Amino acid sequence: MNNVLQQTVDSLRARFGDAVEEVREFRDDVIVVVGRSAIVDVATWLRDNETCPFPLCEDVFGIDAWTRKQRFEVNYHFFSLTCKQRIHLKVRVEENDPSVPSITGVYPGAGWYERETFDMYGITFPGHRDLRRSYMPEDFEYHPLRKDYPLMGIPGALPLPKRG
Amino acid sequence: MSDKTKSTQDYFDAPILTDQLPPKEKRTKLLQALLDMDPDLSFDDPLENDMILNMGPSHPATHGVLRILLRLDGETIVSAMPELGYLHRGYEKIAENETYHEFITHTDRLDYLQPVHNNVGYILAVEKLLGIEAPPRAQYIRTLLAELARISSHLVGFGVMAMDVGAMTLLLWCFREREKIHDIFDLVVGARFTTSFTRIGGIAQDITDEGLAAIRAFTDQFLARLDEGERLLNRNRIFFDRCRNVGVISAEDALAIGLTGPNLRGSGIPLDLRRDNPYLIYDQLDFDVITENEGDSLARYFVRLREMKESVKMVYQCLEKLPVGPVHAHEPKKVLPRKERIYTRMEELIHDFMIVNHGVNPPSGEVYHAIESSKGQLGFHIVSRGEGHPWRLKIRSPSFCNLQALPMLLKGHLLSDILAVLGSLDPVMGEADK
Repeated sequence: MNNVLQQTVDSLRARFGDAVEEVREFRDDVIVVVGRSAIVDVATWLRDNETCPFPLCEDVFGIDAWTRKQRFEVNYHFFSLTCKQRIHLKVRVEENDPSVPSITGVYPGAGWYERETFDMYGITFPGHRDLRRSYMPEDFEYHPLRKDYPLMGIPGALPLPKRG
Repeated sequence: MSDKTKSTQDYFDAPILTDQLPPKEKRTKLLQALLDMDPDLSFDDPLENDMILNMGPSHPATHGVLRILLRLDGETIVSAMPELGYLHRGYEKIAENETYHEFITHTDRLDYLQPVHNNVGYILAVEKLLGIEAPPRAQYIRTLLAELARISSHLVGFGVMAMDVGAMTLLLWCFREREKIHDIFDLVVGARFTTSFTRIGGIAQDITDEGLAAIRAFTDQFLARLDEGERLLNRNRIFFDRCRNVGVISAEDALAIGLTGPNLRGSGIPLDLRRDNPYLIYDQLDFDVITENEGDSLARYFVRLREMKESVKMVYQCLEKLPVGPVHAHEPKKVLPRKERIYTRMEELIHDFMIVNHGVNPPSGEVYHAIESSKGQLGFHIVSRGEGHPWRLKIRSPSFCNLQALPMLLKGHLLSDILAVLGSLDPVMGEADK
């Protein structure tokens, strides 16, 4: 981990304490696992801090971890234009309550990424103004990127128009 | 079942006035979302005929299958809501069920105007996960072809935008040049369009002298051809009037909504991953990051135009510096062995069998690698659990993020300005819909 990122992670730890659950590093990518309730505050701080601000939200997406107790993960990528660094956040949620507070109030650009995550995993984002499905038809009942959705699809899930 | 079919196909064949809309519980969510957008637009002369018009998904000016629902007052756009998913093929789901090598061909079909960037971006993420690096010659060839692909992609954006606002000639001239690039790909890679030319730890085959000569011949004449096209437009009153001050987005808004690539640089923010987060050999090349400050359609057009000239510069530098050496990393357990050695040697036969049947088994972990594709920032996030196929592969496609700015860009403009705005955003639906 280079100095700038180390400094950011240290400040995050100092400021948010236990909300920063874990910091992982693999091949120079730094992933900070934060508690669900702190995500909006962490995102706001990342955008607004003075040493290394991260004004660009590159991506928000889900992962179905499947074997863990906390089944779903929501990942965030932020990029800093001033120090040319990227930081990843991760929030873990349980299967019976898959919801994460929306960060669209901080990063308006996260709107469509959160819609896509909702579409693919069924994770809801309270605070999102327009949480519709993004790719699948709006009356589709399943969330296709979940690991229990079969690769071949479910027969009849997508109604086709009648012939003739 | 019959109700279901109906609601998904709730198209409007003709514009409808908003006071004739179906009741709230029978509206589609898309229509409701459009109506819920706050129309804080004040008119000098409101026509008082508020209506809903459907555009697409099959419309010649939407460059694919983009559907936009528009709320109009007369000809002025009050609000617009794009709807994606008409080309959704579920590549992220497919990736979870294929080995890392098998997925290379699928990346061609993401942004089908320049498959090379997708190949390169994907393979760099896989190599980062594996912890290997391709030898210098392979990296130079990847850069060389990526810059050619950038020219080819910008030529489409350039020509199609000009055609949409009425300058038909330029499209044909651009496609003539693009055809030459396809011929080069045919010669160097073996396919004109779906290149699939990267392999883990290298490239499919080394470039020949004939291929290098063809690239040199193309670049030698390209700037003169581009200049001809430029002269058609850069002093063209009609083109300027249609594009200037249309689809304006400020630097702050562009960053907040997540624009990347030429669209962000058109608003004056010099973010270019080739310089800011260098990959391949871009740190050894000399080039400028092009920005324009106006943030309108015309600025985005000029960014693309000038970027093509930078790409030509980079192609020349790559040709000049191209080192001699192997094009495959020496990593027997991760890189596919050469065919002639598989037939004659035991070790290579075993490795080939293992790699093809079980895949390269990278260590467990998560990596993200992003490149500057011609549309913006193209990133691949791979979650590996030590198996031959990824546990999760997330594609961060620039067109998807760029399209998000569309409602903001269209607001308050005329119906016919949609073409100038869409053309300047240059989205590719294959990538936006994944």
